[in-house]
Amino acid sequence: MTEPSERRAVISGVAQSDIGRRLYRSGIDLTVEAALRAIDDAGLTAADIDGVSTYPGFGGSFGGAMGAELHEALRLSLNWRNAGVETSGPLGAVHNAVLAVAAGLARHVLVFRTVTEGSGGPLRPGGGRGGGGGGGATGSAGPFQFMIPYGAASAACWVACYARRHMHDYGTTRTQLGAIAVNGRANAASNPKAIYTDPMTIDDYLAVRMISDPLCLYDCDVPCDGSTAVVVSHRDHAPDAPAGAVGINAMGTAIRGRPSWDQFDDLTSMMMRHTAAAMWERTELIVDDVDSAQLYDGFSWLTMAWIEAMGFCGKGESGAFVEGGANIAPDGPVPLNTSGGQLSAGRLHGFGHLHEAVMQLRGTADIQVPDCEVAAVGAGGGPETGCLLLTRGPS
Amino acid sequence: MSAGDAPPRFVLASAESEFYWRSGADGLLRIQRCGDCGRWIHPPGPVCPFCHSRRIGPEPVSGTGTVASFTINRKEWIPGFAPPYVFAFVELDEDPSVRIGTNIVGCAMEDVEIGMRVEVLFEESGKWHVPLFQPVGTEDS
Repeated sequence: MTEPSERRAVISGVAQSDIGRRLYRSGIDLTVEAALRAIDDAGLTAADIDGVSTYPGFGGSFGGAMGAELHEALRLSLNWRNAGVETSGPLGAVHNAVLAVAAGLARHVLVFRTVTEGSGGPLRPGGGRGGGGGGGATGSAGPFQFMIPYGAASAACWVACYARRHMHDYGTTRTQLGAIAVNGRANAASNPKAIYTDPMTIDDYLAVRMISDPLCLYDCDVPCDGSTAVVVSHRDHAPDAPAGAVGINAMGTAIRGRPSWDQFDDLTSMMMRHTAAAMWERTELIVDDVDSAQLYDGFSWLTMAWIEAMGFCGKGESGAFVEGGANIAPDGPVPLNTSGGQLSAGRLHGFGHLHEAVMQLRGTADIQVPDCEVAAVGAGGGPETGCLLLTRGPS
Repeated sequence: MSAGDAPPRFVLASAESEFYWRSGADGLLRIQRCGDCGRWIHPPGPVCPFCHSRRIGPEPVSGTGTVASFTINRKEWIPGFAPPYVFAFVELDEDPSVRIGTNIVGCAMEDVEIGMRVEVLFEESGKWHVPLFQPVGTEDS
């Protein structure tokens, strides 16, 4: 196999701003905090940063900040800048940064995802995109025009239909789905930045109110405010990264099915099926090599879909795989969402998962998996998915 | 969701989809179809995605189909669109790959199930006729 170009890049720095339910701070304020910490973590100064990449940038969902705002705030001198929603989910910002570094357009790219949804209120009617997955609250002549007139203005309604069909076809139960939420809550207790840390049992899960049946409150992630920043550098910088560089072994960007929440060919899987398959086509590593799995849980069922897409179990088998939680616990074969995921730690839109993967590979996580050498990160749902296979040290 | 308390529908049609939201005026559901390869196309688009023919247009369908999946939604997402209600994906008899988002009405929410046979009905909403579905054989109220 020709060496995939992504291996020319590493993650040299990572950091987060303060994270909270309602911080009432601006997106750029949070972004600057995370960015400066990440630049320092990478052993760099702002003068070294010659690229900026973010998701989604201008006009995007969940609040946030624009790349240009960070560019201006830090008076950076850039050779490359990128933002946009039409990419491989939120991790598309990382994918594009890696490509820019691999192509020599930039040497150190600051990548960030900032959310201000906790205090920002993008779910207001007419408040633009919101509700997850890019649905608008009250109007869109695009593909959401076929769901919004029926009150299905949130991704919760769409994902619920997939979850129910998965239950129908494979016998998946709510108790099994609940294992994702219970695992996340248990892990969040060790994460000082997590939003929800009170203990939760499967009985608590089964008793809480429904949101969009079969999805209950604890199947839905918690909006928050916060920023995550990573520095993507050329691998030449790896020896000079004081906290240790993380290698980009393979990226998954494929969108081989219909780019649609409602018209995908299979109501028991989503685009991550193709995205993860494409990632495995770019590496000699296999799923059994993965020591840490950070899989998107904007809704618990999305994690089930990622578990199947990544190949941790067979198609339709994720319910039995996660039931009881032993397989996904920190001391299990597939330590999952070890910082609590979005269900409990907050909707950092995939970048919380990325942050935790880097911590695991550095050996500095709050709940550390022993000898963690390979981490898989998958983010997004519906047609907007992307993934990364990361290694301790350059790949 | 009876006729007396119709929720705000917020239909925003595109040039390609306007026929879909108007179709029910004569009681018929229409889906875009290719005049060359004969395949059904949904959502409607500017070209046949299968053979790239431009000879495409609306054609009446039976209006019957099968519930592929659904949710009983219990949270208010849009002010005035009061829960609970059933949002469903219905696959049309003419071509199950034509998957229509809709509300299921005319029966108890608890009676909706995957595989249930349903038929279209329309709710007037301004200039639009919003396609809804009810169990096949539901008597007009």
